[in-house]
Amino acid sequence: MKSAVITFPGSNCDRDMDVALKKFGFKNKMIWHTDAELPKIDLVVLPGGFSYGDYLRCGSMASKSKIMQSVINFANSGGMVMGICNGFQILVETGLVPGVLLRNKYLEFICKNVFVKINNKKNKYFKNVENEVLEFHIAHNEGNYFCTNDQLKEIEDNNQIAINYCDEDGKIEDRFNPNGSIKNIAGIFNKEKNVLGMMPHPERMIDSSLSGEDGSLFFKNLINNLK
Amino acid sequence: MIINEQVAVDHGLKKDEYAKICKLLKRTPNITELGIFSAMWNEHCSYKSSRLHLKKLPTEGKKVIQGPGENAGVIDIEDDDAIVFKIESHNHPSFIEPYQGAATGVGGIMRDVFTMGARPIANLNSIHFGSTQHKKTKNLLRGVVHGIGGYGNCMGVPTIAGQTSFDSSYNGNILVNAMTLGLVKKDKIFYSKAAGLNKPVIYVGSKTGRDGIHGASMASASFDEKIEEKKPTVQVGDPFTEKLLLEACLELMAGDSIIAIQDMGAAGLTSSSIEMASKGNLGIEINLNKVPCREAKMTPYEIMLSESQERMLIVLENGKEEKAKKIFDKWNLDFAVIGKTTKSKKIELYFDEKKVADIPVNTLVENSPMYDRKWKKAKLPKKNKIKKEDIKHLKIVEVLKKILANPNVCSKEWIWQQYDHTVMGDTIQKPGGDAGVVRVHGTDKAVAASVDSSAVYCWAHPLTGGKQVVCESFRNLICVGAKPIAITNCLNFGSPENEENMGEFVECVQGIGEASEFLKFPVVSGNVSFYNQTKNQGIKPTPTIGGVGLIKDYKNMITMEFKEVNNLVLVIGKTEGHIDQSLFARNILDEKNGPPPEINLFNEKNNGETLLKLIDNNLIKSAHDVSLGGIITAVAKMCIKGKKGINIKKPKYLINEIEYFFAEDQGRYILEINKKDFKKATDILNKNAVHFDELGTITENELYINDKTKVTIDELSTSNKSWLTHYMSK
Repeated sequence: MKSAVITFPGSNCDRDMDVALKKFGFKNKMIWHTDAELPKIDLVVLPGGFSYGDYLRCGSMASKSKIMQSVINFANSGGMVMGICNGFQILVETGLVPGVLLRNKYLEFICKNVFVKINNKKNKYFKNVENEVLEFHIAHNEGNYFCTNDQLKEIEDNNQIAINYCDEDGKIEDRFNPNGSIKNIAGIFNKEKNVLGMMPHPERMIDSSLSGEDGSLFFKNLINNLK
Repeated sequence: MIINEQVAVDHGLKKDEYAKICKLLKRTPNITELGIFSAMWNEHCSYKSSRLHLKKLPTEGKKVIQGPGENAGVIDIEDDDAIVFKIESHNHPSFIEPYQGAATGVGGIMRDVFTMGARPIANLNSIHFGSTQHKKTKNLLRGVVHGIGGYGNCMGVPTIAGQTSFDSSYNGNILVNAMTLGLVKKDKIFYSKAAGLNKPVIYVGSKTGRDGIHGASMASASFDEKIEEKKPTVQVGDPFTEKLLLEACLELMAGDSIIAIQDMGAAGLTSSSIEMASKGNLGIEINLNKVPCREAKMTPYEIMLSESQERMLIVLENGKEEKAKKIFDKWNLDFAVIGKTTKSKKIELYFDEKKVADIPVNTLVENSPMYDRKWKKAKLPKKNKIKKEDIKHLKIVEVLKKILANPNVCSKEWIWQQYDHTVMGDTIQKPGGDAGVVRVHGTDKAVAASVDSSAVYCWAHPLTGGKQVVCESFRNLICVGAKPIAITNCLNFGSPENEENMGEFVECVQGIGEASEFLKFPVVSGNVSFYNQTKNQGIKPTPTIGGVGLIKDYKNMITMEFKEVNNLVLVIGKTEGHIDQSLFARNILDEKNGPPPEINLFNEKNNGETLLKLIDNNLIKSAHDVSLGGIITAVAKMCIKGKKGINIKKPKYLINEIEYFFAEDQGRYILEINKKDFKKATDILNKNAVHFDELGTITENELYINDKTKVTIDELSTSNKSWLTHYMSK
């Protein structure tokens, strides 16, 4: 399986994602934001970080960079595109996934482990993941997902919510919501479920010496689903 | 503008210093030259009051590749890998403007590290605020934490450990000390020494603006009521540009174009160009019209003294300009050839085709003032006798809960959750333990780092306090299973012109020197921050020590949380019952006098090295050093982190329970050992003549003392974890 990670000026989880993808068998290539064309690949990842310093709005300037047009075309033709953290912020700015990401409710950067419940497994990202609840890691200042009521209805009707913040047992309640996201949303799909944007960083959970191993589960499953 | 003594005094120079400048130049300096002298000769850049004493610190060792004098120190961690590290203060600006002050402190120290070719892999910080009752404390704390996070998080470098304290002596002068560790291959280290004639001098990074002019001079003076007016001397940080600068510099460094490189920190273009020329015994000629400026009509004076951030000065090999420019273009950074190296040994500046400064380099560096300031030796205070009736009514559990909720002991999760501590995917010990640990990417090795200071001990007796801080750093590294290698120090003191403050400095440095010599834990880099005082009131002497150690196989790392029920808990190191200057004495008995606990360097070394032996033999399940709050506080923290209880039996000593549990005797550790390893472990302890007490056994979820007092771990945990969050949300 071939993957590509896009590096924007200010990306800082690009290497971590490269390490994770390779660890679980992807042949990964790093792509510079000024490139015009994507190589022939099975998965594109927009990594975390602070593209363009988060100036203007998080993800806004990166969403207009040269490579993004081919990422958008790739997604629209059914290609798998995953945006993590700042990558999710870039995805909402392109309109590939609905909604916006506001500043965290308590106005502070949060770096900690969280639990997320998988809401929809009928897609290549989460199909065959045995667990209902995964322990992931978040590190962000603007992860407070928001959308209009009409958008929310559409998202729910199309089963576009990918994961929700919850507790260890999968209870989705306000007190387990770290950033004020509407409906505890931690990640969403586009209508077709080939594009996934999420705030948690699975690439930081790929080793028992790190924060945990549920990221390993995610990547192992992902590559099997793509085969 | 007519230059005279008064103008010099307004620049922070003393009258005799101005006379010396005129004598060295054999003429009156012009305004640009006077600005340059004031920037180079202030305390912050010239170390004029401290140089004499810093020379006495041990700076060499088998693992030391580069000691003090460069942008940062460098140590060998085997297999051609080296760690570059340093700590630096940003106290004065952080009090005036906490967000930017702290942010640029973090940015500055990272630049010092990647200037040497190393990719930053970990940040740490030591921050100190006034009383929690003081009206400014909350805002300063919030601003500083946001600033540190704002910069470090954006750079994508994990903040892995830190220290926060509150004391009324910081009411008017907070401390913000930032430390960075970087990883480099031994043969790819870059230095600031220029070499060769007619080599192009290159300016890269951000444009020069009017921010931070006289920042270093501001940091070399005391505060008064007009300090808010100094806001324009605080620099403004842009971590995004620094991230680009980091990547661009490392890309250029992969090749062979660079002769010397120096970041523009305090005193900006002035100190960077002069330092490179001085080290290379050369001259430098700069055309100031070529310097990329943010604003129109900047004068040579402003260009030379600006402390705009995210800038570097590079001496390149001839003919490499195009190749280098391409890299900086790719990262959208300014790149300008602004001058060349010369044989004149002078710093010569041109502006609008006129020479605007002409100063021999040695007058600025070698001939800079050096003072042997008067200082007063501190007496060891007399010991207090604790009266039985003072402690009779105290209940251990109640005291313990108070101590766990003390601002200087309580959990700092509210702070470190705002720092990205997991980016780069190698953080194997997060903040909240004895030391932060990151793996050396792609290897089995890991590097441990810790920052420590003990202002109360240093204030009570500077010589003992100086030794203690080094020992504490040594212990914290050993607790995670790392072999201590070297330290960096950040020496925060009041005015060197005050004999008592100067005495605190001299004796703390002596203590640091003695301990680091004995423990073979040399000082490889550091920074001095004097004038941490408002009007005549100085801070408590606060030397901060950043220690670095190596774990050969990261799988053998030790953490502090209790692991398993029925395991045994030992205390190693002797408990004599030293209560003076302990958290217990100061906060529970309200007794602020008396000497700090004694340091016995022999025991310190022996206990630490023996513990490393136990760890090497896989006999240790968890370890934690005993510090503020004594044995019971250390044990309680291990319980809280491990969500386990303990059944404690006080050994039959002469000292009473209160003394045994709350004393702050030094050189002690709490260890968890599996019952089956008890004999093996105690054999090693006995063989090495290390004193140990059997303290108790790990249980499910309660802390029992002598079968009569008990408290649930949940209750202790709440005391420990809720204080800071509650304080900040009020």
